[in-house]
Formats: sequence, C-alpha cells, structure tokens
Amino acid sequence: MTWRNTLVGALAFAVVASAAVVLPAWLMSLATIALANALVVLGLIILWRAGLVPFGQALFYATGAYTVALLGRFTDLRDAVLFVIAAALLSGILAYLVGLLLARYRDIFFAMLSLAMSMILYGVLVKTETLGSTDGFHVESATFFGSALHGRTAELVLFWFVLAWCALAALVVSVYFRSVAGSLAVPVREREIRLEFLGISVNRLIHLKLIIAGTLAGIGGALAALAVEHVDPTMAYWTTSGGFVFVTILAGAGSIAAAFIGSFLFELVRSVAVDLMPGTWQIILGTVLLLTILFLPGGLGSVVTVGRRRLGIKTP
Amino acid sequence: MRHAMCMRGHRIVVLAAALSLGLVSAAPAQQAAEPAPVKIGIITFLTGPAAAPFGIPGRNGAEVIIEALNAGKVPAPYNQVGLGGAKIEAKYVDEAGSTAQVVTEYRNLVQRDKVDVVVGFVSSGSCLAVAPVADELQALTVFDVCGTTRIFEEKPRKYIFRVNPHATMDNVAAARYVLNKLKTVNTYSGINQNYAWGQDSWRDFTLAMKNLAPQATADKVLFPKLFAGEFGAEISALLTSNAQVIHSSFYDGDLEAFIYQGGARGLLSRTPIVFTTGETSLYRVGAKLPDGVMIGARGPHALMAHQGPLNSWLWQAYTDRFSMPPVYPAYHMAQSLFGLKAAWEKAQAKKGGARPTTDEVIAAFEGIEVVTPSTTVRLAIGKGHQGVSDTAYGTYRFNKSEGKPELVDIVRYPAECVNPPADMDSVAWLEGGMKGAKCD
Repeated sequence: MTWRNTLVGALAFAVVASAAVVLPAWLMSLATIALANALVVLGLIILWRAGLVPFGQALFYATGAYTVALLGRFTDLRDAVLFVIAAALLSGILAYLVGLLLARYRDIFFAMLSLAMSMILYGVLVKTETLGSTDGFHVESATFFGSALHGRTAELVLFWFVLAWCALAALVVSVYFRSVAGSLAVPVREREIRLEFLGISVNRLIHLKLIIAGTLAGIGGALAALAVEHVDPTMAYWTTSGGFVFVTILAGAGSIAAAFIGSFLFELVRSVAVDLMPGTWQIILGTVLLLTILFLPGGLGSVVTVGRRRLGIKTP
Repeated sequence: MRHAMCMRGHRIVVLAAALSLGLVSAAPAQQAAEPAPVKIGIITFLTGPAAAPFGIPGRNGAEVIIEALNAGKVPAPYNQVGLGGAKIEAKYVDEAGSTAQVVTEYRNLVQRDKVDVVVGFVSSGSCLAVAPVADELQALTVFDVCGTTRIFEEKPRKYIFRVNPHATMDNVAAARYVLNKLKTVNTYSGINQNYAWGQDSWRDFTLAMKNLAPQATADKVLFPKLFAGEFGAEISALLTSNAQVIHSSFYDGDLEAFIYQGGARGLLSRTPIVFTTGETSLYRVGAKLPDGVMIGARGPHALMAHQGPLNSWLWQAYTDRFSMPPVYPAYHMAQSLFGLKAAWEKAQAKKGGARPTTDEVIAAFEGIEVVTPSTTVRLAIGKGHQGVSDTAYGTYRFNKSEGKPELVDIVRYPAECVNPPADMDSVAWLEGGMKGAKCD
C-alpha cells in the first residue's frame, strides 16, 4: 500500500506544479504562502499525534525567516537553496537546544513553556531597533541557481521551489511515520509509561519529534520570508503560533495531505472572507472553525477516512 | 487514494472560490457616454486596536470624499467628477493580520481585482513590506497615515507616494512647542510604547531636544509594552520624577488607559504632557483629560486646520454623516485622495483630456503641490514622492458649556522648520543640528 500512497502523492504534487502555469497570479502567491505555512502545520501534526500541542512553533518559524533575512542583509549570499538549508540547520539546532528542556514536559506545561520560548525571541526582536523593531525589514530577493528572476517567472519559480520543499518534507515525514519512532506516537499519547517499561525513552522520542517539527517550521519560515520579502517580529508572536494550531485543527492530524490542503483552504477562506465582509471577516473564519470542530472533529483529513468507512473501503 | 480524493476536493474549492470571486467583482454594465470608472483599493485597519483611532476615521473620510467626488459636490479645486470625470469605484480591505496576509491582500487588489491605485496602510510595518512589492507589480500606491521615515530613505520608490508628511515633523514640532510653552526645560521624561512607532518617536524627540535645549537631559525613559493597558508602575515612576515635561506617542487604548489612570493619580495635572497623536482620542476622553495638556494631530488638522471652503465642507459632510467631527486620519485620507486626484487630473490635462496611464500619473505626481482641506502639501522630499507641510500643536481645553473639546494656544510651524531638507535623511538632519531649518 505504501508505495501506492507515495506514487499518488508524487502525482498530486506534479499536477499542482503543472496547474501553476495557468493559475492567476494572486492565487499563486496565496498558495505559495499557504504551502510555506503548511510545513509548520506538518510539524505540528507530528507533535499532535503524540498528544503535544505547542503554542510556540512561531519560534522556529521566525528563526527560519530571520536567518534568510539576516543572511541577505549582512552577507553577499543570495542563493535560495542555501538560504533554506541554513534556515533549516539553524532552527534544527535551536529545536535541539530548546528540546533538551521541552521534551520533559507534557500537556499544558509543554504548551506554555513553548509559548514562553517564542515570546523571548519576540521580546528580543522588538528591542532590536537596528533591525527595525516591530516594523521589521526587507528581505533581499534570492537567486535561483545563480539567476535573479523578475515578474511572473519569479512568482512561478518561487512557487515550484516552495512546492519542491513541500514534496521533500512530505516524503521525509511519511517515511518517519512508517518508522518505529514515528509509529510510537499514539502509545506516547495514550500511555507513555508502558513504553518506558518496554525500554524506550519517551523523552528521546519526543525530542526527535521536536527537532523534526522545529526544522520543518524553520524551512516554512524561510520560504515565507522569500515569498513575502519582509520579516517582522510578529512572526515570533504567540498569535502566529495560535494560527498554526488553528490550521492544524482545521486540517486534522489524520494525513500528510491534510496539512497542505488545510493550510491552503485556511488562506483561501480568509482571503475570500476579507473580500466579502471587510469589517467582519473574522465571523466567517470563526464559523468555519466551529463547524469543523462540531462536524469534523478529526479535521478535514478525516473526510477521506469517514468516506472510506461509509463506502466499506478498508483504510490502509 | 487519499491524495487523489483530496486533490479533487481541492480543485472544486478553487473553482467555487474563483466563481464566487468572479460574481463579486463583476463590473456593472457600462453606460454609453460615461468613462470607465477608476478602481481604488483602500486598505486600512477595519478591525483590531488600530481601527478605532486610525482605520475607521480614515475609511469614513474616504467614503464621504469619494461619494462627494462622484457626485461632483466637492468645492473647488476638486469640483470635477471623480478623477478627471471618471467615477471612483472604491473597494475597502482590512489591514489586520500578519505581514504575509497584508502583502497577500495587496497582491489580491492589484492582480485579482485589477485596481488602478491602492491607497492606505496605517502600520509602518505594512508600508515597508508593501513598498518593494508595489515596485515589482508596478502598481501606483499612495501610503496613508503610516509615519516611518524609512520608506524613501532606504531606497527611492517609483510607484509609491506619500502625501502625508512623515513622523519626524510631529516630534520636532512637539519639542518646539514644549519649549515655546515652558520657556526653560532642564529635564524631561518619555513614555512610549515598546515598538517601532514609540521608539522612533522618542528618538526624534530627544534628538530635537538636544538641538533646541542642549542643557536638558532625559530623566525617566519608559517603554511599556504595546497595548499593555495598565500603567500603574510607570505612573509611579513618573510621579517620583522631577521632569518638567513628559513626551508620549501613545494612541487609542493605551492613550485612554493612561489618561484615566494618570488622571486619577494626579499625574496629568502635576506635570505638563505632550501627546503627539492625542487628537484622535479627544472626543472619547472629553472632560477626563485635564486642560493644559499639549496635543498634536500629525499635521495642522481638524481643530487646528486652516479655515477655508474645502475644510468647512469636509468638516460638515463628515459630521453630518457620522454625527462626530472628523479626526486627523480622516484628514490624512483627504490628503492622499486629493493628492491622487490632483496628479491624475494634471496628467490628464497634459494628455489633452485622455485617460492617463500609471506612468503619466507618476510623472505628474512627482513634486506636485496639493491643496488639501487642512493645509497645502508639497511633495518636496523623497525625490518628489514624500509630502511636507506646515504643522501645528495646541493646548487642550474642555468647553464645559458646550461639552466639546477645544484646542487653544495653537502655534504653527512652517514646513521648513520641522522637516528635513530634500537631500537629507531625517536622523542625519537631526544629528547634524537641524541645519537649514527656517521657522519664520
């Protein structure tokens, strides 16, 4: 079954990539940001499956974004691939360090401690007047394999670039989910003491999850910075983290595809809501979340699972 | 399987969304003789903490002005219908949300809704993020309200204009007014929100004070966090200080909370205070604000406006519509819209009455002089893209018999007195001793 899922996934990415050629520009830039954010959501899903909800994932998101912005500002490096790899490394290392502490906590303590960590970064960034404080600063345009692009080509290439990272992340995460460490998520959530009795260190399992999720958030932040071409401390603020949790609830932790579709739908719903009801768009957004929680407690991803059950198809 | 099914759903949603958007933005059928309307996207805070003081008055101002322009009811020199005879079609968008969302909404306006011009952005962060995007999309954009000096000082911007003067003017004028009222100042304190606006305001104020009153030193420098809403500790600190004056760039919730809390503890009647943006809150705080507080309006706006038919018209039309007089963000919006109109019609006249292209409007916009309801603005700095005007400060007095706020002891400062010259960044000008400032 697994090779089939991978094949379908690859096909889906290929379809989206080729559909980009005919997408209107506004929808493509919306999708670019949505996909970048989806990587953060993908990381949250990893933690969510183990029963952990961090309210501070913006810490790594902002770290990734600021890595790109600072490299552009203080060095002559402009290569997009290099930018993202640097961001992934730095946020991964940060996640490792933060994880030394965070991995020992669960439930609300985990959520609050992760929130506190991200607010420390927020506080530092706001205090740093040389980096524009809350106004943030401009991110230099990146080059792709040595060439600087403009206009429609730039938008298209950036979209493909983000999509490629998403495909890579989806592949890595699906491999991880099938590994022993990945499949122990539910036992961690349900009864971690049993795992300890089996001789497995739960803290180490969670630490690894934190590093993967942090790295994904860092890559997401880096890609978002490349797309928006501006960074500001709000990227580290707790409402940004809350937004990612919101999308995770909307998407559900059921599947990898749900992260991407959920994130895209969230941005689309928001954008359409702002268009239809400029002064009261939050009502639409809130209603969508409420309805999701009421009728699809497993998130959008559960539509597929529920549908299969009704049709009598066995879930892989 | 899972992926394939989701993908189908995904496409349907995209289609449905595209359809609904198509329906919403479908233009009404054209009438034969009328020129095609000019589409203007207006982005400002419609929700969130900056909506009440800035966003909503700006939006309301735009509504009154655009309606009157389309009906040809604005007094001269703006009595021509719409922009050069073409009616204005406005679309309002909320600025609330992350920078990524603001940029996305900006792109939506330009690329999806195909607006001719975008006017707006209250937050300096939004302005800084949108500026490079505007150049990339080659979309004419008029910044409104946002005050940061960085817009044109970091890089020249072809497609961006800002008719409203920037924030350096507000704090230089505040320093001048404080010294004018108090004669000698040896120590001063500041309470500003800990974010870019507060930090920049305090920086400009202290630099101006160094030039104008070199003997004066800063005592308590307080930066409570943005929208803290509770200032007990800060008020205690200010009450123990011997500073002769307090500078604050607070606005909205923080300003009102500070006025109530500081008023109750006698701070406001003990130490003179200058609120650089205080004018937006006057109608809400009313008698709670003691007489004698120094008030700025980011320009000579509203209660400090130069009188004339255009100002009387705006004041009356706005008050009739919203049963509340306009505050300075409405005047800022008027400056932005009339600046655009002046440039558009100048370009159109040059073209013999034909509709101008974006590049032609830009050429006409650069360095233009604009008559606005409150004062005349010249786009003299930022390579002809940034406006400067005179400004004014006043002292608060609550008229008990009529139950309305007033500003007295109004002092006006000419543009050259409080703005940097064209070839200089504002901080460099302030640090270099404000050379070339002409105040008479």
